[in-house]
Amino acid sequence: MTPDDEDLVRRRQRSRAIVTALLLAAMVVLLFGITMAKIRQGMPS
Amino acid sequence: MTIASPLLPPADWRDFLALTKPRVMTLVVFTGLCGMLAAPGRVDPVLGFTAILCIALGAGAAGALNQWYEADIDAVMRRTAKRPLPAGRMDRQSALHFGVGLAAFSVILMGLALNLAAAAILTVSILFYVLIYTVWLKRRTPQNIVIGGAAGAFPPLIGWAAATGHVALLPTLLFALVFLWTPPHFWALALFVKTDYANAGVPMLPVVAGERVTRQQIGLYTLPMAVVAVLPWPLGLTGAIYGLVATVGTLVFAALAAQVALRTTMPDDGMKPEKRLFSYSILYLFVLFGALVVDRWVA
Repeated sequence: MTPDDEDLVRRRQRSRAIVTALLLAAMVVLLFGITMAKIRQGMPS
Repeated sequence: MTIASPLLPPADWRDFLALTKPRVMTLVVFTGLCGMLAAPGRVDPVLGFTAILCIALGAGAAGALNQWYEADIDAVMRRTAKRPLPAGRMDRQSALHFGVGLAAFSVILMGLALNLAAAAILTVSILFYVLIYTVWLKRRTPQNIVIGGAAGAFPPLIGWAAATGHVALLPTLLFALVFLWTPPHFWALALFVKTDYANAGVPMLPVVAGERVTRQQIGLYTLPMAVVAVLPWPLGLTGAIYGLVATVGTLVFAALAAQVALRTTMPDDGMKPEKRLFSYSILYLFVLFGALVVDRWVA
């Protein structure tokens, strides 16, 4: 593997890690929102 | 087809996004959203957003699995040759894992956040697109998009089921509308990209049965589609707003389809009527579903 290839792999790994982290954070927020919505639905109006 | 190499660098995240066919997803998400908004009752905004997200992720998963299976066909078609798998930017196993994971996630989330009916229909739609259309029909019969078209017709049904927990007559008619709309829409496209399909060995109707038969079939499928498009109005399932938009929109569709059905291709033909029908058919579906929601919320 040439230094250029290694650099490309590192950049790809880094960008994928960032996107994965953002998606996981979004999922946490979504699951919190769903929980709150379910609690609201269960409460008598 | 490019053979996946163990030395292939990890695929870029944009290539995973491209696997989900984001442009195709637009119509799926829109019809799913309209199905949900046209349903009786009120959906919590967060749960409504989750339902649409699940429909989008399910469609994306089906698109990814379709590209995983069809990498060899995609490689010989100009329109699809630059996709991540045929272009050699991703290995097939990553695409398979991504598609299966995304499908499972979308169905489980739909079942937990909304209801089992919506999750079940979402599962059927993904399996239908991948197994019935992609694996079974696409390479075997010119009727591939007729039966396979059902896969794209599920979203309004899923949206409605997500909102109500069950299925009713109106979303079933919406399913039938998209189902019957698919053949004229895709065959109009197939008429002007015929060479691409022929090169890939995909038995699209113009390749197998010729242009004349394809044009006749476009005309034939437009008739039941027109009836189903307008039917919710006389049945009292929608109001006049939808009824009038559907009537006018469908008349224009029928006129464009008749133009395609009744003509023969000339040498150096620009295929303008076919391209016009294809473009209008997309607008038609957007407008009809939009009118359905406006009708439900305004009337």
